[in-house]
Amino acid sequence: MAEMIPPKERMQREQIPMPEQEPKERIYNFKEVPLGYTQEQAIYEAQRCLQCKNPKCMKGCPAEINIPKFIEKIVEEDFAGAYLEILKTDDLPAITGRVCPQEEQCQQVCILEKQKKPIAIGRLERFVADWARKNNIHGSLPKISEKEQKVAIVGSGPAGLTCAADLAKLGYEVTIFEALHQPGGVLVYGIPEFRLPKSIVKYEVKEIEKLGVKVITNFVVGATKSVDELTREFDAIFLANGAGAPRFMNIPGENLNDVYSANEFLTRSNLMKAYAFPEYDTPIKIGKRAATIGAGNVAMDSARTALRLGAEKSYIIYRRSRKEVPAREEEVHHAEEEGIIFNFLTLPVKVLGDDKGNVIGMECLKMELGEPDDSGRRRPIPIPGSNFTIEVDMVIDAIGTSANPIVARSATGVKINQWGYFIIDDKTSATTKEGIFAGGDIVRGSATVISAVGDGKVAARAINEFLSSGKSLRKSK
Amino acid sequence: MYKVVNKESLHEIIYSMWIEAPEVASSVQPGQFIILMIKEKGERIPLTVADFNREKGLIRIVFQIVGKTSEELSAFKEGDKLFSFIGPLGKATKIENYGKVITVGGGTGIACIHPIARALKEAGNEVISIIGARSKELIIMEEDIKKASSELIVTTDDGSYGRKGFVTQVLKELLDKDKSIKKVWTIGPPIMMKVTCETTKSYPVETIVSLNSIMVDGTGMCGSCRITIGGETKFVCTDGPEFDGQLVDWGEFSNRLSRYTDAEKKSWDLYQEHNHTCTCGRRTN
Repeated sequence: MAEMIPPKERMQREQIPMPEQEPKERIYNFKEVPLGYTQEQAIYEAQRCLQCKNPKCMKGCPAEINIPKFIEKIVEEDFAGAYLEILKTDDLPAITGRVCPQEEQCQQVCILEKQKKPIAIGRLERFVADWARKNNIHGSLPKISEKEQKVAIVGSGPAGLTCAADLAKLGYEVTIFEALHQPGGVLVYGIPEFRLPKSIVKYEVKEIEKLGVKVITNFVVGATKSVDELTREFDAIFLANGAGAPRFMNIPGENLNDVYSANEFLTRSNLMKAYAFPEYDTPIKIGKRAATIGAGNVAMDSARTALRLGAEKSYIIYRRSRKEVPAREEEVHHAEEEGIIFNFLTLPVKVLGDDKGNVIGMECLKMELGEPDDSGRRRPIPIPGSNFTIEVDMVIDAIGTSANPIVARSATGVKINQWGYFIIDDKTSATTKEGIFAGGDIVRGSATVISAVGDGKVAARAINEFLSSGKSLRKSK
Repeated sequence: MYKVVNKESLHEIIYSMWIEAPEVASSVQPGQFIILMIKEKGERIPLTVADFNREKGLIRIVFQIVGKTSEELSAFKEGDKLFSFIGPLGKATKIENYGKVITVGGGTGIACIHPIARALKEAGNEVISIIGARSKELIIMEEDIKKASSELIVTTDDGSYGRKGFVTQVLKELLDKDKSIKKVWTIGPPIMMKVTCETTKSYPVETIVSLNSIMVDGTGMCGSCRITIGGETKFVCTDGPEFDGQLVDWGEFSNRLSRYTDAEKKSWDLYQEHNHTCTCGRRTN
């Protein structure tokens, strides 16, 4: 067992940096970029935790993890204990440990953030989850009194999986319906292998299935069956089908052959494994000069994927400046290290093509920043006459998503707002139809994995309350 | 699930299969499509439903060997299982009693027109079907279409069967002769649909086409299938697959269909180097 060190010494230690694959090497492969802490590094980092009496970090965690406790277990070298501690509230620890923006959640409120060296909570969580997976440590299945009520969950992304796990632990019979052929939602189609290995998603989904959750793939709610039909078979429903529809800029040339939505580009590469074509049958364009429009996490993923597929130049085109970039700092940093070229204050106005539909360039305008807009960020204003052309042969639109209407259309009585997202009660995630709940991106628009996890937990609690009070969708018929 | 329960060769490169998919069969409507994967490493390909049997929980698909996936699928035997099979996707054909209508099918589009013609006839329409192909052996599902229609006219380019010439010639004659024809459906190769639309353009009939674009998810998530319809971008998977043919940007449609021609060829050639066993006469390198 490692020893507890005196608080003064804890404060003096620096945060352990994450070991990473070298940029020069990693741009030629799809292997994970951060390599994970070693046992020694994890212990050293865990020892820094001040074990606050009133831990602020926990309030910053939508997954409700008892952070000081699992970190304490690491110091005690009880990694299995640390894992089981996390599993009490978070069934996707290897995933959240990797893709959570901890710097905006638990680490932002860590007392050591003031010294700019918060505890690397995410890295520790990842270490614990990876250790448990390698050492075959599993959550003990709780002895539960099985309940008769059945819950349907639409979508197997982070919100759906979390809600399913929580409800299964309470004894409910849970069925997840997934439209694609693999469970995981955005975790499998959206986030690239180099940020989140798919074997890890597969593993954590399997662990949730062991809790008794049934996952039905190839089932498109809204097409194969309507939500209305599900209300006749289930006592409660959680809609977590994701944001779904890609947004385009609506500029001329956007339907040329080599213009992708980030959804398409990433789905081809991540879910369909087009990067391993022709071993896998799904093809993807290998651009020489790829332009990704937008500067969120999805844009970073797209630009970095294009680079790994073989692009000689991979650009990020963003209409605002470096300061307004919405992506995680870590992602921007990784992208910069890999040689992604950032074109700030640039607005595409036209994609140029030849008569066969191939992209040959993109016409853009230079922008300047004006007064702050509704989002509080300075509004980008085009500079008249500043048109210029970038020579590119593929374009990826990563400017966000909008609501896919396919599920909502089949749910009578479940109201949506003007953008097509479900209207819910924030405290319970209840929709306007009693017994139907909703969460994740189909409520929030494009948000984070961890907020979806949080939504899943809120919904599970509310569904338990609803069903415990003797109510049921089937009875309300 | 997704078991091949019946397989039939309609031509040396055209196959019909009945697939066990009870959930899809229970809710499918004419005009809708499915997406299938033959194996875990496979691609997702959309196919318009050729027929369905709700009681037995079966969906019929008809496909022509045009690349690696379709050739691999053609090697599936009765009892083999597909890896994935989702649907029904897209909007159903708007079936009403219009009066007198024409359905035109070319190539494997003949199969796609089948449930549409049948439903139109059941709704009380007088349905004249025109099916065409290069030559006699490529005319498929003739009996099915005959049953589904009030009248059937067959054409072949080479005159080896039925009337010599293109479907559009017969279509034009019918439209000239009978002003009471309200609506035309045409499904087949893009060029055939385009030419059909050019033929009907000067007549007061609406022409509906069914587009088979390159898709990934097929549920509106990726936008791979998008196409300009009347100046607006639409998704074939969720807004279609049927559109007013006069509004389709055919140039863009055929360009977008060619997005992966080189990759598809490479993949097929590699496959054939190792696996070619069928008797379709393609070179085996």
